[in-house]
Amino acid sequence: MIVHRLIIGCNSLIITVASGKGGTGKTTVAVNLALSLDDVNLFDCDVEEPNVHTLLHPKDIISETVSVPTPDVNQDLCTLCGKCGEFCQFNAIFVGKTKVMIFEEICHSCGGCARVCPEQAISERDRPVGAIKTSKVDLVALTSGELKIGEPMAVPIIKAVKDRIVVDEVNILDAPPGTSCTVIETVQESDYVILVTEPTPFGLHDLMMTVDVVDKLRVPYGVIINRSTIGNEDTANFLKERGIPILLEIPFDRHIAELYSKGIPFVKELPQYRAMFQDVMKHIEEVLNNGS
Amino acid sequence: MVRELAVVSGKGGTGKTTISAAFVAISGNTVMADCDVDAPDLHILLKPEVKKTEDFISSKVAIIDEEMCTNCDLCHTACRFDAANPPNINPISCEGCGVCEYVCPENAITMHDKVSGEVYESTTRFGPMVHAKLHPGEGNSGKLVTEVRKRSLQFAEGSETKLVLIDGSPGIGCPVIATVTGLYMGIIVTEPTLSGIHDMKRVLGLMNQLKVRPAVIINKFDLNLENSKEIEEFCKENGVEVLGKLPFNNVMTKSMIAGQTLPEFSPDHEMVKLLENMWKRIHSIVSEDQQ
Repeated sequence: MIVHRLIIGCNSLIITVASGKGGTGKTTVAVNLALSLDDVNLFDCDVEEPNVHTLLHPKDIISETVSVPTPDVNQDLCTLCGKCGEFCQFNAIFVGKTKVMIFEEICHSCGGCARVCPEQAISERDRPVGAIKTSKVDLVALTSGELKIGEPMAVPIIKAVKDRIVVDEVNILDAPPGTSCTVIETVQESDYVILVTEPTPFGLHDLMMTVDVVDKLRVPYGVIINRSTIGNEDTANFLKERGIPILLEIPFDRHIAELYSKGIPFVKELPQYRAMFQDVMKHIEEVLNNGS
Repeated sequence: MVRELAVVSGKGGTGKTTISAAFVAISGNTVMADCDVDAPDLHILLKPEVKKTEDFISSKVAIIDEEMCTNCDLCHTACRFDAANPPNINPISCEGCGVCEYVCPENAITMHDKVSGEVYESTTRFGPMVHAKLHPGEGNSGKLVTEVRKRSLQFAEGSETKLVLIDGSPGIGCPVIATVTGLYMGIIVTEPTLSGIHDMKRVLGLMNQLKVRPAVIINKFDLNLENSKEIEEFCKENGVEVLGKLPFNNVMTKSMIAGQTLPEFSPDHEMVKLLENMWKRIHSIVSEDQQ
């Protein structure tokens, strides 16, 4: 089944699985969807806490370092004029009485300090901030990003993960929770967004925020309601009111939760869900074809 | 001296907010800070009455004067964030570094203050609460977290218990580093799933780096007893105290739907007893240390 070829005028397909609230089932949906389709690329963009590998258990992993440019001050050339510290908007440079100090973790790698230095005393070197891990599990090509512990900035790792998106193929992205810069970085350029929620007040509140974000980015989207039998009707009512399609409802099932805890994707034990995820994919294709 | 405690988890959806809210209801007089500024949910249970709202300005955004721009493209070449596409700037991608302003030969680019979110000072039925909301797509969550903590400390200094309880965000990046730095204790809520364990270890690694005392709560422990045992053994080996274990129970969801904290919704529930014991232990750690 080579579904993506059906999409007219579109040579690659990027589907992002997102949610405002954490723990609603993004990774579960991304992995089970990928396993229900043939030959897809799966990307773990939740680089602070990547979890896809806890369900797919990849072996033969190829790991590559992700680095960002960081300023390096040649103290011999430096005259302590202070222009770099003055320019830096992120307070990452402190010009002392005898030397210049760089706070690497809060540097945004804009390159401004090197530009403004009148003595050309600042150069840039690569500083590792995380890794990209690639592997192949069954028919799924997995790329995971992993932020180094203690590093605050996840966006450069997400960018490195997204650089591996394959033109002409189906690419499924597992997004981080929230609605901040990391989520925008993941979601922008997507062809379609699957929002995963649970029908609880926290789930709905965070879903509403995420809907606003995706609306602004003008990416078509639909919702998967996970653990649909817990909670209340408010989520379904909100979606109906706003005309947002429900792609799938996954009832709460202790068996599914137990499978997840053991690191088993539930389509492996409950194969009836494969057809449901394939239907979700068909729906997405239809939406995209009609839109183009 | 004010003590700050934060509830974090690494993995999302393990029960941070439900447990934080239960603790504040049990303690009755703790200053509450919601540092999940990206997706704050605590207000749903605590229903704060907002006394003061302030814009949070911490960064700048570039603006190009279209009339002065000659489309020379120098800003585009210099921008490391793919934000400068003259005559436009993508405000979402712009990090406010000022490089484009510096390289523009026409002085067509200026930097302007950007409102990244709002900070609120509020009161709840349990006492003062400081919370915030980051505007969608913003990248200054760490600074906003620091602002929330700063304000909650001020409230706590005037309080009797001198205790701040922080509801943190998932992950281990910028907002979590800002939440954990300088804490008295970080309480990690985990669950007995492979991802829960993996994520707990990463946030624990962060706390070790930042030299913050950790403690662990295992939520939904009966979902996988083997994994729960593994967590307990791991904690023992690494000298991390397990404050307690909570069973999987939908009373948590029910109390959330009722818009109440667990102790208010079901005061005699076994879950509340377990949470009371955990809070007692936390309290004794704090007071022992103060003597």
